[in-house]
Amino acid sequence: MEVINIPGTDDTPNVILDKGNNKFEISGRSLPEDVNMFYEPILNWIDGYAEDPNAKTEFVFNLEYFNTASSKIILDILLKFEEIAENDNDVVIKWHYHAEEEDMLEAGEEYADIVEIPFEYISYTD
Amino acid sequence: MSDNNEKHVFLDFAYQMYKSMKTNEINLVYEGEVTQEITKTFTSLTERNLAKSEESNTVQRKVFNVMVECLQNISKHADSLTDEEEEEGKRGIVMVSNGVDSYNVTTGNIIKNDKIPGLEKSLEHINSLDKKGLSDLYKTQMKEGRISDKGGAGLGFIDIAKKSGNKLTYQFKKLNEEVSFFILTSSITRV
Repeated sequence: MEVINIPGTDDTPNVILDKGNNKFEISGRSLPEDVNMFYEPILNWIDGYAEDPNAKTEFVFNLEYFNTASSKIILDILLKFEEIAENDNDVVIKWHYHAEEEDMLEAGEEYADIVEIPFEYISYTD
Repeated sequence: MSDNNEKHVFLDFAYQMYKSMKTNEINLVYEGEVTQEITKTFTSLTERNLAKSEESNTVQRKVFNVMVECLQNISKHADSLTDEEEEEGKRGIVMVSNGVDSYNVTTGNIIKNDKIPGLEKSLEHINSLDKKGLSDLYKTQMKEGRISDKGGAGLGFIDIAKKSGNKLTYQFKKLNEEVSFFILTSSITRV
């Protein structure tokens, strides 16, 4: 499968989707002007990955900030991985948050309430 | 002579504005088109100013969050006074002030009168909820909502109320039969 590696900018996140190296990560900031346009290739890639996923997928979210429109898309991404998990594959979400940023931890917990995938919370400091 | 006088009146106005900004501790004020570029500029400016201050990271991030949502609300939803203005893009006023106890992010924009009842209803509903209620509403809206053509998810005000931890203060000033001016203030309590 092709590798997606989009470097982050001021308003879009760094995205790595690499099936061969089993590396899946969205990090940085997400407040694009047009969320659908930014995330469309990512959602399409995940649809392709769902057809033949790795036995174990660890998806890393290491976001400093995301806007509300991005939050909806993140849920869409998680729901796609929930489906992958339902087909007897191992899926774990590694949710990173700054120790001083309770809002980011809470955002992860809210997603964990909605989707049936195990979440691991990892706090970091500066 | 009268031209000179006018200039002096204007200089006096500029000074009065400076004084009143100082008195009200306004850090930033902007009136004009609100685009993604403007949003990025303001948020990085605010970020830099806050980084220099002694403010906690938590409060800094909250101010940043609230600003982004407020600005993106304007850039997606603001209406215009006239058709000519409509062509100039989405406009609004943005103000950030810091009081003793809180930071206030105030935005204002033109809104069509027929949108007011719906907006008022959802703002009243948001203000009636506690932290848990806001979180539940956010989750429901995220599950059931979809991204609109304007690129919004209908989550902005819920998020602002949730992150700020305070009730939203707002007013609608009727300008004419067609439109009003919508002013919204969100306060982020300093810790």
